Amino acid sequence: MTALLEIEGLTKAYPGVVANDAVSFSVQPGEVHALLGENGAGKSTLVKMIYGLVKPDRGAMRLRGAAYAPSEPRAARAAGVAMVFQHFSLFEALSVAENIALGMENPPKARDLAERIRSVSETYGLPLDPFRLVGDLSAGERQRVEIIRCLLQDPKLLIMDEPTSVLTPQEVEILFHTLRKLSSEGTAILYISHKLEEIRTLCDAATILRLGKKVGECTPREVTAAHMAELMVGKSLSVPARDDHEPGEVLLHVAGLSVTPASPFGMPLRHVGLEVRAGEVLGIGGVAGNGQDELLSALSGETPVSPGAITLQGQPVGHLGPNERRVLGLLCAPEERLGHAAAPDMSLTENAVLTGRIRQGLDAHGFVNWGKARGFAEAIIARFDVRTPGPGVAARALSGGNLQKFVIGREILQDPTVLVVNQPTWGVDASAAAAIRQALLDLAQGGAAVIVISQDLDELLEISDRFCALNEGRLSAPRPARGLTMEEIGLMLGGAHDMHDVAAGAGA
Amino acid sequence: MIRLEKRPQPSRGWVIGGPVLAVVLTMAAGGLMFAALGKDPVEAIRIIFWDPLFSQQFASYSRPQLLVKAGPLILIAIGLSLGFRAGIWNIGAEGQYIVGAICGAAFGLAFWPSESPLIFPGMVLAGLLGGFLWAMIPALLRVYARTNEILVSLLLVYVAEAMLASAATGWLRNPEGSGFPGSRTLSRHPGTDNPELIAGTGMHWGVLAAFVAVIAAYVVMNRHVLGYQIRLAGEAPRAARFGGVNAGRLVILCMGVSGALAGAAGLFEVSGPAGRISIDFNVGYGFTAIIVAFLGRLNPVGILLAGLLLALTFIGGELAQLMMGIPAPAIQAFQGMLLFFLLALDLLANYRIRLKGRAPA
Repeated sequence: MTALLEIEGLTKAYPGVVANDAVSFSVQPGEVHALLGENGAGKSTLVKMIYGLVKPDRGAMRLRGAAYAPSEPRAARAAGVAMVFQHFSLFEALSVAENIALGMENPPKARDLAERIRSVSETYGLPLDPFRLVGDLSAGERQRVEIIRCLLQDPKLLIMDEPTSVLTPQEVEILFHTLRKLSSEGTAILYISHKLEEIRTLCDAATILRLGKKVGECTPREVTAAHMAELMVGKSLSVPARDDHEPGEVLLHVAGLSVTPASPFGMPLRHVGLEVRAGEVLGIGGVAGNGQDELLSALSGETPVSPGAITLQGQPVGHLGPNERRVLGLLCAPEERLGHAAAPDMSLTENAVLTGRIRQGLDAHGFVNWGKARGFAEAIIARFDVRTPGPGVAARALSGGNLQKFVIGREILQDPTVLVVNQPTWGVDASAAAAIRQALLDLAQGGAAVIVISQDLDELLEISDRFCALNEGRLSAPRPARGLTMEEIGLMLGGAHDMHDVAAGAGA
Repeated sequence: MIRLEKRPQPSRGWVIGGPVLAVVLTMAAGGLMFAALGKDPVEAIRIIFWDPLFSQQFASYSRPQLLVKAGPLILIAIGLSLGFRAGIWNIGAEGQYIVGAICGAAFGLAFWPSESPLIFPGMVLAGLLGGFLWAMIPALLRVYARTNEILVSLLLVYVAEAMLASAATGWLRNPEGSGFPGSRTLSRHPGTDNPELIAGTGMHWGVLAAFVAVIAAYVVMNRHVLGYQIRLAGEAPRAARFGGVNAGRLVILCMGVSGALAGAAGLFEVSGPAGRISIDFNVGYGFTAIIVAFLGRLNPVGILLAGLLLALTFIGGELAQLMMGIPAPAIQAFQGMLLFFLLALDLLANYRIRLKGRAPA
């Protein structure tokens, strides 16, 4: 059998970095092929070359035996290659069908298109109502829009970039079901991920990249996850260590916290209540868009609430702004690194001042002490192993993982009483993620209370003492994290999102 | 194919070299245009750039004009640059300039004919306050009613112009002016005049205020927490909120400072170079200052240089019209070329040009 896609010696260099160095592999028809590697390993560049977004410097590709060198994504799509990106490009104010029509060369009439969307979504078990507004959809449903957009082109090769990072366990099951069906019909899938268990359950073959080079290939079902992790990282990873201990007094208490979102597509918080004790890590799971950002804003003080809704060590702080809460020891690290946790075009020194000014005494009489600020930035860089030429570098010049280490480190070094982090390891490579988790555990060990909001359930189970789920702006009652199964967590998260809605919509 | 690629860090060389090259390119392109009009290009360019400052014949008149024209431009542009850095768009400096002038002049005329040395400082304060209050209208409307400050501040310019007309023809009209519009002459009356501080330089209190503003803005933007917050709010509004910046307070502060400085500039103008409130004493400094602010990259030192350069081309342009009969539109085209080249080369500070070769096989 000839391979569907053959890649030979593909090389792409950017100024200062070789993103792909003579990478070769092949994908068979109907194969689910994993592309495995840490952030910065060159997975994205590689698939961008396959999808025609980036031109290789050297090397050749063959699709179904014929030379293949797409000059643009349109050419790739015409050749039968489709891609679902990690970040969706959808318009929230338009309906599903309108969004799909926008991506087509010759969109059919709205009614015909809706019919085709329905039939594809039924065939592949991806429930989706073509007339709903994208703004009202969950992340999992938005992903279905992107997948159906691809399937309408009847692709021979479907590229998926980290598709499960936004899904609940049940939604992952639905997705895998769809992918298996596609593969049984002969569509090959190039599946990018760094989640090893997933790859072991889904994929037939895997190509492992490290620092732009192919470092191995394997049949995922036949090797252990640890083996793949070692290939991927180049060394064995340590699981965060922690001692058992009794939690202390309640440091942060939230009761009856309700927030109306600022934007029409935000999620209101409905009567959220929680408490965290000294020395404890509270994990809050849930699919993004279920109120995570709103909860963080309410806790950080960006959205002021009624005084008594949030109390810190018995003191009402709901009405206080971000800096007043910092004075009292309530620190936060938001999810969005560029633009929220850090200003992209400002240097690391300037970004250290962003949250560190008051607790670190980086100003005097209203004037910023830039020498001291630089010292603080350097301390973060040294303590958290942030890879950067120096504190004068702009935040946007750092890789996601390094900036995340800087952002988390900036709060941890300020010795918080309560630390709230949202998606602390999102898009961060495995070794940096382990370092961040360890730092959070150490902080709790030292007597602080830590709240980790995350979509990564493995991460939450690894570091939390107690776990609760945020779903549609409601927070479930906490349960001890130890012993929770994925199934139970999935149910806490509300199961597969909005399956019932679609069933009702289709019947109407 | 030519492609632009963002630089990881702005290029130091281009930040300084770009404007110099832009002036050279303007001279070349403008020279061609003058030549096509049948004028001697070398002479035209000498008259525009050199003669206003160094010619035996004209410099005594035009050299002071440089500071007289650049002073208000710089003073207003410095105020505007604070807001522009924070993403707060005060487009109505012209209105604040007019209202500041009216308030300051009214204060001085209220005590007429007193020659007390306290009058002029009082006029300056009244000018600052007038501009400040006029800017507070769009500022408060933005903060409390979420209106767009660009529209409100711009439309208030026309309200201010109507107020100026009524002041010049009505309630501030010179009672001894035999019915002609315009107020008493403030500039030739001790107590209300804004004199030339050093003879033959054009330096008056407003120019001095502009220089002080440049230094103060430099210190605030680079050293003070306020400057940090302004830059933060402009670059990443969400990060600014996270960093505890009160967006509403920042709007009021930036609009207030830019309004007050524009108002002061107006007062210095009517009590100095313009001499009195007249129906059209304002010549658009408030609008030109927006160009100056951006030409100076919203940087205080850049604004100082941009204000001087623009003032020079205005004076030199007038001189060239007078001496060589170059038509006014050609002079404006020449000034346009200068802006074009400055802004085009400014791009190179942040981007580099890649000549994309053929794709390797």
